[in-house]
Amino acid sequence: MIESPVLERVLSEALRHGGNFAEVFAEDRSTSSALLDDGRVEELSSGRERGAGIRVVSGETTGFAHTADLTESGLLRAAEAASAVARSGDGGTATVTVRPLGNAGGPDDGGGPSPLARASKGDTLELLRRADEAARDSGDSISQVQAGCGSSRRQVLIANSEGLLARDDQARTRFSVSCVATGDTGLQTGFESAARTLGFELFDEVSVEELAQLASRRALSKLSARPAPSGELPVVLAGGSGGILFHEACGHGLEADHIVKDASVYTGMVGQQVASPLVTLVDDGTVGSEWGTFAVDDEGRPAQRNVLIDKGILTDYLWDYLRARKEGRVSSGNGRRQTYQHLPMVRMTNTFLLPGNEDADEIVAQTPNGVYVAKLGGGQVNTTTGDFVFGTTEAYLIEGGKITEPLRDANLIGNGPEILKRIDAVATDFAMTPGTCGKDGQSVPVGCGQATMRLTGVTIGGTAE
Amino acid sequence: MSAAVATDRSGTTTGEGTDALLAVADRVAGWARTGEDVEVYVARGDETDIRAYAGEVESLTSATSAGIGIRVVVDHRLGFAWAGSLDESVLQETLAEARDNATFATPDEHVQLAVPDGVAAVPVDLWDDGLASVPTTDKVALAVALEARARAADPRIRQVDHADYGDGSVEVALVSTTGIRSSSRKTSGYLSVSVIAGEGDASQTGGGFSVGRGFDGLDPDRATDDAVSRAVRMLGATKGPSARTTVVFDRRVASTLLSVVSSALSGEAVAKGRSFFAGRIGEQVGDAGLTLVDDPTDPRVYGAASYDAEGLACRRNVLIDAGVLRAFLYDTVSASRSGVTSTGSAVRGGFSGTPGPGCRALTLAPGPEGYDEDGVLAAVGEGLFVQSMTGVHSGVNPISGDFSVGAEGLMIRGGRLAEPVREITVASTLQRILQSLMAVGADVEWLPGIAAGQTLAVGDMQIGGL
Repeated sequence: MIESPVLERVLSEALRHGGNFAEVFAEDRSTSSALLDDGRVEELSSGRERGAGIRVVSGETTGFAHTADLTESGLLRAAEAASAVARSGDGGTATVTVRPLGNAGGPDDGGGPSPLARASKGDTLELLRRADEAARDSGDSISQVQAGCGSSRRQVLIANSEGLLARDDQARTRFSVSCVATGDTGLQTGFESAARTLGFELFDEVSVEELAQLASRRALSKLSARPAPSGELPVVLAGGSGGILFHEACGHGLEADHIVKDASVYTGMVGQQVASPLVTLVDDGTVGSEWGTFAVDDEGRPAQRNVLIDKGILTDYLWDYLRARKEGRVSSGNGRRQTYQHLPMVRMTNTFLLPGNEDADEIVAQTPNGVYVAKLGGGQVNTTTGDFVFGTTEAYLIEGGKITEPLRDANLIGNGPEILKRIDAVATDFAMTPGTCGKDGQSVPVGCGQATMRLTGVTIGGTAE
Repeated sequence: MSAAVATDRSGTTTGEGTDALLAVADRVAGWARTGEDVEVYVARGDETDIRAYAGEVESLTSATSAGIGIRVVVDHRLGFAWAGSLDESVLQETLAEARDNATFATPDEHVQLAVPDGVAAVPVDLWDDGLASVPTTDKVALAVALEARARAADPRIRQVDHADYGDGSVEVALVSTTGIRSSSRKTSGYLSVSVIAGEGDASQTGGGFSVGRGFDGLDPDRATDDAVSRAVRMLGATKGPSARTTVVFDRRVASTLLSVVSSALSGEAVAKGRSFFAGRIGEQVGDAGLTLVDDPTDPRVYGAASYDAEGLACRRNVLIDAGVLRAFLYDTVSASRSGVTSTGSAVRGGFSGTPGPGCRALTLAPGPEGYDEDGVLAAVGEGLFVQSMTGVHSGVNPISGDFSVGAEGLMIRGGRLAEPVREITVASTLQRILQSLMAVGADVEWLPGIAAGQTLAVGDMQIGGL
């Protein structure tokens, strides 16, 4: 994308006015998507974006400028703008040499179309039509179906004034189905998606018909759903229903940018018991082709496996370059950004609870009354107070140890440190789910995972008294 | 900080911006072939973002971006492509890609580009000429002052999580082979601050902001006071009890609530059976005190605009009148699908998005009592005041109407705010919320987003807690 001598001159320019660190992050991203809605292929869309973000760190201050102009003069202009935060004075002599980073370099073929664009558009449309048909065949009450397929190819190059030069070539593909069911009680919705850090090979592993059937099942079952209870009850989360619980209940609170500002309930708690001994929580950017997987993060650091909570004891936080440097340690490979137009910050990758020993069915059987959550939607947390919510999109009552009536969607609310201590059973049926994590205006793909587990009490926000 | 920042400007410059963008759009539209319609959306923007921390600049971002989005319609089939660049070769590639994409779409008689409809655009001036000449040092000083003010505002403020200054300018040109040719430009500025208050082991957070069309008029006191009072009054909060009660929504929260309701008023959602309002025009869908209007021609409104995202004039649309559902919002395609004409309500997320119908400037007609927040609290007497909601994207469904959110706020006792409560849920359905509206405040605040803030009281809501 950019030759090493150019990178070296740009980094030197960035440090001309002083500063301790400079970085060039260049990105070439192609996206394509296709949408089938209301029985018609409504829209095929393609996009391409190339550019570079240049960061200069001087003391505690970061200067950042980005440009879509990848010529040397364009990069130099951005470097000059980013360097304006450095106090004038002792600069002027910085020379930078960059060298490739071990095995983490990907090929640089000058960019190119997304995986979807390289596959035939016709093949993609065929998948959408099959999903539409499968959803509509699931029940006469399915009144609307939307199926979408999107893919992206993101080539990144990172060079910094410490000599690092890293590349990655990330292909991602996502397929989703949303259904509406219409009944006497009004409209209900169901959703399912599959997403991997893969190209079109996603569909060797994923059946679009199964996704469609799951989405329609969710909409159909809720037509006869009763209002969810309100108040505190035991909750069983199905395996792979969405490890979003851990993402919200503690993942965000373990991000070092919150920690260094004392804006997390987990500040100063390393070495302490913060969760039930059944909880071993890992963040791992290297797992197979999961949605949050990559070779190097957006600061050029290889992805790695980080154990955050070990049998209930908090072992570490998640780090990016800047926060790690402040503590005199190295990044944990969690510096990520949405695009070259954004500054990196501490982000999760694939965050999951390691499986336990119990049988999933047995956990339900041993729960006299409560709520069984088959699928979770999104969530949100206030890292300072630890209060978080997560929403159900498929849930049932548990009565007498059996899963009984479907419930309408509701949010569950809890406090991270309290909820983590209320986990009293974890099964073996581990599964991951893809998600999109938003923080400070930036979205990145993440994975979440967990096996069937029980919380002894969570507040459910239903409308039933 | 005394360094001046050289802006990163490539290509066109501000001032002659919209003419230059129109020229690009004209040229690309001119490449249309016989038998195809082409719409070209060209945008460019500048931004400055500054975050202050511990008396210093934590980060300073300055950048320019530009891009193009092209829609091609051939034989009632739509294709779209976009690019984050205005380089000549990119323009041609993007058009070719949009053209190729169109060949794969299902023919649909309703798929078409907007055609001028004779409605004159209301000029709204959204451009602050002064913004471009404000030195970066002044912006930095404002961000640093904001942070310092928040730290010093109250002894219980433990930390300032963020104190941000931001401004931006956006210029847009839209040209189509169906006769659309419009341009617009807009500047904006904001201050945003988030604080952490502490007492003993407990911490609580609060946020505040100030928005405007530029640098002048941004008010750090207002942002700080709001953030600090929201955090401090939550100190000592405990988990509240479960109850069925009246809920008063703070203005900011009410704005979010209206925004969610607005998706059910989209003509596209209605035409595709994805709205609980579908088929209910003329019916009483809310309390008689509910009158909801979308009016982007009001220049005071944050989302004000002269033209919609297809280049038609924005106009005032009355959606619900005295509780009776009167209208939906349409763009050209959804209007055709429903056998009506566009309401000038197309919106899009910049050059990488395609247009669809949406609200820009919702307000509720204030109740006859002219209540401010205190007035609404006094009228309600007993209930829950919600100062922030969480989980709106996971717990509010504008198709089914199911509504369940996390909340924090204060109990209302004897018509006044009482003890703080947290970690509770508030649930109902959007349908029931509209029917149970008890009071609409006259305390209109033009908040960023698509809906104004006004204190609202809603009866018969389920609170989930202990």
